[in-house]
Amino acid sequence: MHSEATARPKTAAPRAVARHVERSYPLWFYIPGGLVYVVLFIVPTLLSFYFAFTRWTLFDSTFVGFDNFIQFFAEPGLIGSLKNTLVYGVVTSASKVVLGMLLAVLLSGPIIARGYLRSVTFFPVLVSAVGVGLTFQVLLDPFNGVVNQVWTAITGADGPGWLTNPDLALLSVAAIDVWKGVGLATLIYIAGIAAIPNEYFEAARVDGAGAWQQFRSIILPLSFPATSTVILLSLIGGLRSFDLIWSTTQGGPGFSSDVIASVIYKQYQAGFYGLSTAGNVILFLVVTAIVYPLSRWLNSKETSL
Amino acid sequence: MRKSARWGIGIGGILFTTVFFLVPFAFIFTMSAKTGPEAARLQFSWPTEFVLWENIVAVFQARNYMLIVAFINSFTLTVFSVALMVVFGAMVAYVLDRRKSRLNGLINAAILAGLIVPPAVVPTIWVMQSLGIFKTLFGLILIEVAFGLSFTILVMRAFIATIPREIDEAAIVDGAGPLRLFFRVILPLLKPTIVTIVVVQSIFVFNDFQNPLYFLPGDANATVQLTLFNFQSQFVTSYNLLFTNILVITIPMLVMYLIFQRQIVSGMTAGAVKG
Repeated sequence: MHSEATARPKTAAPRAVARHVERSYPLWFYIPGGLVYVVLFIVPTLLSFYFAFTRWTLFDSTFVGFDNFIQFFAEPGLIGSLKNTLVYGVVTSASKVVLGMLLAVLLSGPIIARGYLRSVTFFPVLVSAVGVGLTFQVLLDPFNGVVNQVWTAITGADGPGWLTNPDLALLSVAAIDVWKGVGLATLIYIAGIAAIPNEYFEAARVDGAGAWQQFRSIILPLSFPATSTVILLSLIGGLRSFDLIWSTTQGGPGFSSDVIASVIYKQYQAGFYGLSTAGNVILFLVVTAIVYPLSRWLNSKETSL
Repeated sequence: MRKSARWGIGIGGILFTTVFFLVPFAFIFTMSAKTGPEAARLQFSWPTEFVLWENIVAVFQARNYMLIVAFINSFTLTVFSVALMVVFGAMVAYVLDRRKSRLNGLINAAILAGLIVPPAVVPTIWVMQSLGIFKTLFGLILIEVAFGLSFTILVMRAFIATIPREIDEAAIVDGAGPLRLFFRVILPLLKPTIVTIVVVQSIFVFNDFQNPLYFLPGDANATVQLTLFNFQSQFVTSYNLLFTNILVITIPMLVMYLIFQRQIVSGMTAGAVKG
């Protein structure tokens, strides 16, 4: 009886629903966005897989097979950028997860001046990467910069050349990136923590759980969607990063802070369009190979929670 | 939490944020109020002679009022690209959520690709050149739309899913066609996510350096971020003007954030994170 009652409308309804669905939610709504997206994003991406194998002047191209890729992997300056890209992406995104969560937990608690603290943490997000880069170039100046003045005042020794020492340059830029981006990570975490129902905290408090236990057993697992958002967004941003690196070190000193995105720009500037596009294809492969499986994995963990 | 802890953590937080977040801003501000020679010492000190206004005037006058042209370009770029992003993105997100069609899988894959895949620069220039929109503001607007669409759709779709279908039904019964239903009923309901998208994407587009550099080169149609770079080479020692320029081009985004601050978190909660 029960199955019959539900079965009958089920056979009749889909057709009626389908008709009104088709009329009210027309597929042509996809066209305006889809057209722009296909022409300016999909088509160039597909073309890059051809032009990466050519010597190219924008007007005509000669097919050269894997020459561009061989060159990319043979030159130390170019292959170094691959390693730098990975280091930069992992360091920035890991730091943003840890610091973002820490700041968000502090800024979600009932502390004084909460609104003010939230705003101040977000301010760096509002400044352009170029503005931030040029500011820190001055702050980190090896001799007159504020950071090293303070360093000398405290330790008595001269501070390092943050952006001019080949061993430090990449990590310094990564640190600036974290400074600039941690506000966004914090905002995402604040939203994630705000979405946790209050009952959990109340129940925990009744059971006598301390602040640390509440963090371990409630906030950490239940803000996981925020964590996966922060990891993915900052990793994608970090692996593709260009603006900040270009405005602080331009990939230097030498090639010590060159990433794939800055190599793409340098080759483009020099007129090596085929090589530049090969760089794009490599960046495509690197980002996809890391981010796609990671997002699948994070998603599966998210649904199992 | 005990009262002492509220104060302790709060004061600790104020100290921490002051050192790490406020000092660089104070530095930008004091530098832009200094005279050229004083700024060249790169010190963090209050200016002995407060010349902020003179510096602002100088920055705007530099290179034949280039900054004014750049501001017009940047505002046009931001307003039009974000508006198109919102409308086009909402249309896609809406139909994608409401209608199960064979296209859904394809479109979801395209959205994911748009988030992950780095744009192929030179082939994009090649396509734009063939269409005659390379080095045009219009072309750059479309570029920003194409690159920002995925994120917009993702955030909006999660929010649209929370709008009850009964609202659609009611409008349909009242005789609303698809365009009326979307623009008069659905779009206004999306306001919380629209605010979030507008703020986040405006910051992104207005502060974008890479895309204007590639797709809209040339001084005549510089955006504000490119003027910053021109300044650096032109005023090699004029740090006061460089920092005044940073300050001036940051103010629009700062004002927007202060206005919409509260709505951003609620929009994020509704869309990006819950999704």
